[in-house]
Amino acid sequence: MAKVTQQDLDMVAVLSRLEVVEQDKEKYLGQLDAFLQYVDNLAALPTDEVEPLAHVLPINNVFREDTVRPSLNREMALSNAPLQEDGYFKVPKILED
Amino acid sequence: MKLYNKSAHELHEMLVGKEISSKELTEAVLVRMDETEDRIHAYITETRDIALRQAVAADERIARGEQISYFEGIPGVIKDNICTKGVKTTCASKMLENFVPPYDATVMKRLETVRPVILGKANMDEFAMGGSTENSAFYPTRNPWNVECVPGGSSGGSAAAVAAGSAIWALGSDTGGSIRQPASFCGVVGMKPTYGRVSRYGLVAFASSLDQIGPVTRDVTDCAHLLQAITGHDEQDSTSSASEVPDFTKSLVQDVKGLKIGIPKEFFVKGMDAEVEQAVRQAIDKLQALGAEIQEISLPHTEYAISVYYLIAPAEAATNLERYDGVSYGARVDGADVVEMMTKTRSEKFGEEVKRRILIGNYALSAGYYDAYYLKALKVRRLIKEDYDKAFEKVDVIVTPTAPTPAYRIGAMTNDPLKMYLQDIYTVPLNLAGLPGISVPCGYSREKLPIGLQIIGKPLDEATVLRTAYTYEQSQEFYKDMAETEAQA
Repeated sequence: MAKVTQQDLDMVAVLSRLEVVEQDKEKYLGQLDAFLQYVDNLAALPTDEVEPLAHVLPINNVFREDTVRPSLNREMALSNAPLQEDGYFKVPKILED
Repeated sequence: MKLYNKSAHELHEMLVGKEISSKELTEAVLVRMDETEDRIHAYITETRDIALRQAVAADERIARGEQISYFEGIPGVIKDNICTKGVKTTCASKMLENFVPPYDATVMKRLETVRPVILGKANMDEFAMGGSTENSAFYPTRNPWNVECVPGGSSGGSAAAVAAGSAIWALGSDTGGSIRQPASFCGVVGMKPTYGRVSRYGLVAFASSLDQIGPVTRDVTDCAHLLQAITGHDEQDSTSSASEVPDFTKSLVQDVKGLKIGIPKEFFVKGMDAEVEQAVRQAIDKLQALGAEIQEISLPHTEYAISVYYLIAPAEAATNLERYDGVSYGARVDGADVVEMMTKTRSEKFGEEVKRRILIGNYALSAGYYDAYYLKALKVRRLIKEDYDKAFEKVDVIVTPTAPTPAYRIGAMTNDPLKMYLQDIYTVPLNLAGLPGISVPCGYSREKLPIGLQIIGKPLDEATVLRTAYTYEQSQEFYKDMAETEAQA
């Protein structure tokens, strides 16, 4: 039985801000399904007592003094902007009039 | 022997002895690039002018009688996901095709202090996602040993350049094997340091809990020196290790007497490639003959490593790649409103594998599936790490193949992503457990394609990994071989 449905794919594409075109849907569905079938081998492994491991280092928060330090100036920070105006990043309208 | 075929330490001696100049050397490597690039495609961006300026500056320092550092005046290439101030850093993606970083990665700043010659930026799988460099948005890189074959990936350009002679050394990055596997496929040395050893500041993020920058070189001696140059604490990377950095060059001694080497039985299974098994077993026998104690060990959760890795890495990637929204840098495709602009930008500018991993990652992180996939993967990640912790109570290093096969034909796996993922079985556990590992050449297939030996160490114990690798390397002739990529007419 398929593990992933058309609706799942549509939902995750919206979350990802990706458009999956009609002719690719079947391919992506098949690949995603084969992948999920494979990773299902984890399900049988008992892990109730196991703490999740997000990264391997024995560190949590790393703090430093909150002091002003040199950083990129505005011109450099904007140097790769697709569109800019008056020292700001420019984007299409977000709010209605 | 051609200059471009020599190791950095040989060339360093020649520079110090004034037998050659850095300009002469750099020009020889640039000519080699001209001879090979049309077929190998190891480079995305060439910085010939910068390289020649750096070479001339090195020659001036030598002429003034200044003491030069190990890599001074010696040409190398940087993987194109490492930010280079003023030089395009594309990640082999249409998304960053015109991105010029306004700052240098920490590794570039560190390199600057040893004053090498930088030839350019190396091709790779887009955003480092892949194992063959076929996922580059620009062109695939080809294997210098056989141009019909892939060079491995994702640092395929870095490994191919070092193998072809179009660079003496390279930097790569390794998230699930992306330095070690291409080193194995191209017959060169590649090392992934312990997670935290080398600063990730300025490395374009793929999977932040797994990514690590490391050296790709002709031999273990160069590897130790390059690792030394890039290693150290960096407060701009909060996961950077504050541990003391040893002198890695002290590991360049031939001595494995009494060293305990573990051979994981789960890595040698029925159906494995016979030529790979034979080459690796011969290498293990050699290490035993040199005085090492070999013992079989068990890493019982190995069979889950691919599942764990291919849930965690895409989940982290999906999150990291959210930043490509067409606003502050990178490509933009116009749309009627912000959401349409972002969706069009991402759909048109990301390649297929990157999109596939974003979809997998967001699926594993989404409500209703989070516990079953992402959280489950994190738990099994701990079990995998504990396997290694237990093994390292008994042994000093673990020796395995680097990759299950030698380099395969271009196109052989592109239609089956899962089959491609399974190729990473020997390399991903180290990233999940944060361990250092090296790949050194240990033989050839009948088709004369290189095979790599992986040596895995305890956290922060690159020194023992390098010593084992050096001892093995010096007992063989493989490191002297170069790919016979013929110059084009």
